[in-house]
Amino acid sequence: MKVALFIPCYVDQFYPQVGMATVKLLDHFGVQHEFPKAQTCCGQPMANSGCMPEARPLALKYVDVFKGYDYIVAPSGSCVSMVRNHYESFFTEEDHAANEVRKRTYELSEFLVNVLNVTEIKGRFESTVGIHQSCHGLRELRLGPSSETMKPRKSLMANLLASIDGISFSKLQRIDECCGFGGTFAVAEEAVSCMMGEDRVNDHLAAGTKVLTAGDMSCLMHLEGIIRRRKHDIKVMHFAEILAEALTSPVAV
Amino acid sequence: MSHPTLAQDFVDNKPRAQWHDKALWFVREKRDRMAASVPEWEDLRSHASAIKMHTMSQLPTYLEMFEAKAKALGVHVHWAADGDEHNRIIHDILQKHNAKKVVKSKSMLTEECHLNPFLEKNGYEVVDTDLGERIVQLREETPSHIVLPAIHIKKEEVGECFHKHLGTEKGASDPKYLTEAARGHLRERFCSADAGITGVNFAIAETGGFVVCTNEGNADLGVSLPKLHIACMGLEKVIPRASDLAVFLRLLARSATGQPITTYSSHFHGPREGSELHIILVDNGRSGILAKPEFRRSLGCIRCGACMNTCPVYRRSGGHSYESTVPGPIGSILTPLRTPEQHSTLPFACTLCGSCTDVCPVKIDLHHQLLAMRGFLDRKKLLGMSKKMSMKFLSGLLSSTWMFTTAGSAARTALRWMPRFAIYNPLNGWGKQRELPEPPKKSFREQYADNNKNSGRPS
Ligand code: SF4
Repeated sequence: MKVALFIPCYVDQFYPQVGMATVKLLDHFGVQHEFPKAQTCCGQPMANSGCMPEARPLALKYVDVFKGYDYIVAPSGSCVSMVRNHYESFFTEEDHAANEVRKRTYELSEFLVNVLNVTEIKGRFESTVGIHQSCHGLRELRLGPSSETMKPRKSLMANLLASIDGISFSKLQRIDECCGFGGTFAVAEEAVSCMMGEDRVNDHLAAGTKVLTAGDMSCLMHLEGIIRRRKHDIKVMHFAEILAEALTSPVAV
Repeated sequence: MSHPTLAQDFVDNKPRAQWHDKALWFVREKRDRMAASVPEWEDLRSHASAIKMHTMSQLPTYLEMFEAKAKALGVHVHWAADGDEHNRIIHDILQKHNAKKVVKSKSMLTEECHLNPFLEKNGYEVVDTDLGERIVQLREETPSHIVLPAIHIKKEEVGECFHKHLGTEKGASDPKYLTEAARGHLRERFCSADAGITGVNFAIAETGGFVVCTNEGNADLGVSLPKLHIACMGLEKVIPRASDLAVFLRLLARSATGQPITTYSSHFHGPREGSELHIILVDNGRSGILAKPEFRRSLGCIRCGACMNTCPVYRRSGGHSYESTVPGPIGSILTPLRTPEQHSTLPFACTLCGSCTDVCPVKIDLHHQLLAMRGFLDRKKLLGMSKKMSMKFLSGLLSSTWMFTTAGSAARTALRWMPRFAIYNPLNGWGKQRELPEPPKKSFREQYADNNKNSGRPS
């Protein structure tokens, strides 16, 4: 199995520990991986701004960099959704390489659960964890049930986390409201963006969250920015970091 | 003005913005409970979506069928290409009947056509009879929500407004008392009205009849007393069969307010004896939307307002920040399609969270259309210079791996060494209320290479 790591541009530069946690997890499950060095960005910032001509070269580059791999794994629902759901305008329907790359790009929890069939993480993590359901993972990739739809679905990330010893979860008032990041929205609509983030953080504070986690670092970057500015006592970790850390403290038999 | 500016004003009054958010979230939660009580909810949505898509694919046929059937029932059918024509038609009908006093039940279409100011200018008295609409009318405002027009107004403010206009006691804010006062006030208007105007929720091609849904019964009263009923509908309101109502009526009120069904679902099939019934079919940009495949599904909207109630941005910026008759997610598609220049910030008043898409009873892919709308504005060169230039720059930077890694490393170094005041300067929109990430010494790609070196793996 030839697996490539796709580490989103801002994670590469600002959150290397999330990439390294992903590496640890893949190592743990015996998956050999590579990091194709030419990779940069999937093009989402441009595409979400409506600038399709500017997003195009990055989509082409992405397919070029990742073609030939069996799986491409990324610790980000948002970037995977970009590749899987929003690349069609850049390629023709018959473009074999693009079709394959898009199909083979997986979000980390999806890869662990649906490809590697991981059902539990044998390890300990003692804390009250608050889960932030990142919207693109939830409503684009359907990695869990959204509160609006009446269809039962299992939450891949929550199930993995729940299998860890010692972990408990905070109960939120609004289980999957958007954090307010939204890419350029965070700056273009700064007032609403920050109010949304503040409301999410307050919900977690009231629920007793000690560690705030999510599948997308972009949401966490925004929420952490607010948490640090307000000096709240909440630690922010990508779920890959929690899983990887749990593995280092094995369950006492 | 732009959405961000108006939204900033709204958020500046934080307690009020929080109150507004909570009031609408309450409605969203009611909707969730109602939806959950219908085991076949998702099937109903799919069904509704399929009916709408089918109808849109053969809209002219169904409209003509509706027209023929309605005429056979004795209805006068009119066609209006735009809002002005719609208003003129109403003016003509009213003139012919020498009608001066008009009562109107809720109709977003007449709002869209600016009927009230037009009629007032021409010397008519128009009274909105939906309680919420009457409140905004007395306050000389426009509705801030399509189902809950006065959701932005607190009961104390309603009390003040009624004290001024209806003579209620000063300082009174008990909703029951105020509602009673409004009822008395409206009753007089109903009794003296010469004509009643209503909207249309569903027009049935098969029968030529139509259905108006209200919670206050004001549509019924407004058209039962006067001898003239004018119903205004957008072209997209037609549905093929009467039995399709079984799908839409179950979805509409549950999605809108979390009720099993609207209190009044009034069916009109032809005029009452001794009175006249007119229907005006209005295009006003709808056929243009029909011709754009990427936005066609937006015409399926049944105006339930659920996408507004769920939208985290709408709840925190208020309906008026959209400067559009229909605000919120669906408004941010429909309105820029018509007036892209004035409304180019609306599709960006959205995080693409997708909650609207999941809540919509007719399964309009709202957040994908909002994304497509951004591309539409780009093609019309309406994104604004700074956005376009920064995206061009970013695209160039990210296209080259070397430039990207060099810039990334430079940015991390700068963030580590620059003094705080230089980083958190007034131009840094991110940093006004948020910290930037703490820059690591080494990027992931560097750490990955180190890791491989240490473990003897090729990097
Ligand atoms: S777009 Fe959907 S959710 Fe929004 S008002 Fe229309 S029908 Fe309701």
